[in-house]
Amino acid sequence: MEDIKKLEEFQAKIDAEIKIEPKDWMPEDYRKHLQRQISQHAHSEVIGMQPEGNWISRAPSLRAKVVLLAKIQDEAGHGQYLYSAAETLGKSRDEYIEELQTEKAKYSSIFNYPTLTWADMGAVGWLVDGAAIVNQVSLQRTSYGPYSRAMVRICKEESFHQRQGYEIMAHMANGTPEQKAMAQDALNRFWWPSIMMFGPHDSDSPNTGNAVKWKIKRETNDELRQKFIDKTVQQAEVIGLTIPDPDLKWNEEKGHYDFGEMDWEEFWRVVKGNGPCNKQRLNHHKKAHQDGAWVREAALAYAAKQKEKQLVA
Amino acid sequence: MEKKDALINYCLRLGDSSLILGQRMAEWCSNGPILEEDIAMTNLALDLIGQARTMLTYAGEIEGKGRTEDDLAYKREEREYYNTLLSERPNGHFGDTVVRNFLHSAFFYHLYQALKNSSDEMIAAHAAKSIKEVTYHLRHSAEWLVRLGDGTSESHNKVQESLNNLWEFTGDLFEMNEVDELLIKEGIAVDLNSIKKDWDKTVNDVLERATLSRPEDEYMQTGRLDAMHSEYLGHLIAEMQFLQRAYPTAKW
Repeated sequence: MEDIKKLEEFQAKIDAEIKIEPKDWMPEDYRKHLQRQISQHAHSEVIGMQPEGNWISRAPSLRAKVVLLAKIQDEAGHGQYLYSAAETLGKSRDEYIEELQTEKAKYSSIFNYPTLTWADMGAVGWLVDGAAIVNQVSLQRTSYGPYSRAMVRICKEESFHQRQGYEIMAHMANGTPEQKAMAQDALNRFWWPSIMMFGPHDSDSPNTGNAVKWKIKRETNDELRQKFIDKTVQQAEVIGLTIPDPDLKWNEEKGHYDFGEMDWEEFWRVVKGNGPCNKQRLNHHKKAHQDGAWVREAALAYAAKQKEKQLVA
Repeated sequence: MEKKDALINYCLRLGDSSLILGQRMAEWCSNGPILEEDIAMTNLALDLIGQARTMLTYAGEIEGKGRTEDDLAYKREEREYYNTLLSERPNGHFGDTVVRNFLHSAFFYHLYQALKNSSDEMIAAHAAKSIKEVTYHLRHSAEWLVRLGDGTSESHNKVQESLNNLWEFTGDLFEMNEVDELLIKEGIAVDLNSIKKDWDKTVNDVLERATLSRPEDEYMQTGRLDAMHSEYLGHLIAEMQFLQRAYPTAKW
């Protein structure tokens, strides 16, 4: 009885656009959904440092190096405050990291693709951050307060990253024939994985139901994907690159672009761990974590010694 | 030697040391022991590469042949690099990096304190700006050194070993030649003998807090002034310069 009343009050708040805060009552499924979604988002920021980190040492100018470093530093910062938001749901960062490393938690599949040329730094910024922004702008209105506030902060930086990525692509598309070829190749490789970042079609998306009712998710996968495609097609045209989809065409009646079918077999293969870099990314993360164990232990031991000294004094 | 050539060389020494150490710090990205350290170490890399850009740009201006910061960073060979031997040491484990950065940051800290009074306005301004960053770098590495030195017995032994291994590269920091001699007379450069005792004090104080023993000054490696490096630098530079070398006509 009690729970039904609480659930009604909870839904009334959601319907009235009142944010849910950490100490408020919430259904267990709502908490679990958010723990999963926010930690997955945090893990994505952190794992995403790897494919971009792959090019810091080879950035072709000092300016480009600084811009890329600053960007990756932002991603680490996003990971940090997303873990903080996730911790308000009653699980520690260590527990979330454990879930990542034992493959109970996922991160965005896009980071399981390799970054092979400098143009990939452009494509990742333009397409991957571009797709992430469409999703995150929508999530600024999500019903859970700490997540919503984290998104507001993150969106400001992400739109900057997207412009920087596009700048790299534009520059290369107008550069030497080799540079243009690298830019087109990067677009070819990242286009389909980017539009699959929005997840399966609404009809095949098991997590959409309650998430929409509870306003965790404000728009569906297909709606968000369409938004991203509509705004990106023109950007490609402006810099003279071709989106690798022969079925892509403007639909006057709908006021949207029609596009070809995505390769869902590939999507699930990568989600299930068989993308080109799944093992590499996870092993890299585990190795850094294990290599740092003695450092974390030392910091704890030092802190304990200091505390003891204070007590004696 | 002309003053102009001496000044170019002096700027390259400063710029190259920052660049190489910055490139090393950037290698830590996504490899740190905790996320906060990834952020901190990326920050150090950003500061250092920023410092390098200022000095390399200035070196190019003085030279007057139209060479930019990127021409100097990407189109010189290793025998034209004047960075400190310490800056090019590989990252090793976290303790190796902390010790290297501590010894180097303490050097930069006292160097820039003194260079704030350089008669060369650009160098004085560069020192005044960099000192803020380097103060943080020194605090960051010193605080970690204390934690690792006075943490567990494992961490203590590890960083003591790092310190023993890196010590032979500290002599190179303070070596001088006719470039220094000429520029000291002009009030541009700093007599490195005069900052050595400050460096010693900083190092001794922190090592004491860290319960570490200062290694004996036995044989010191040398080479910075003649652009004589370890084998490590060539690999670092080859990687850094790859795109500029492979596509010489491309603009990025």
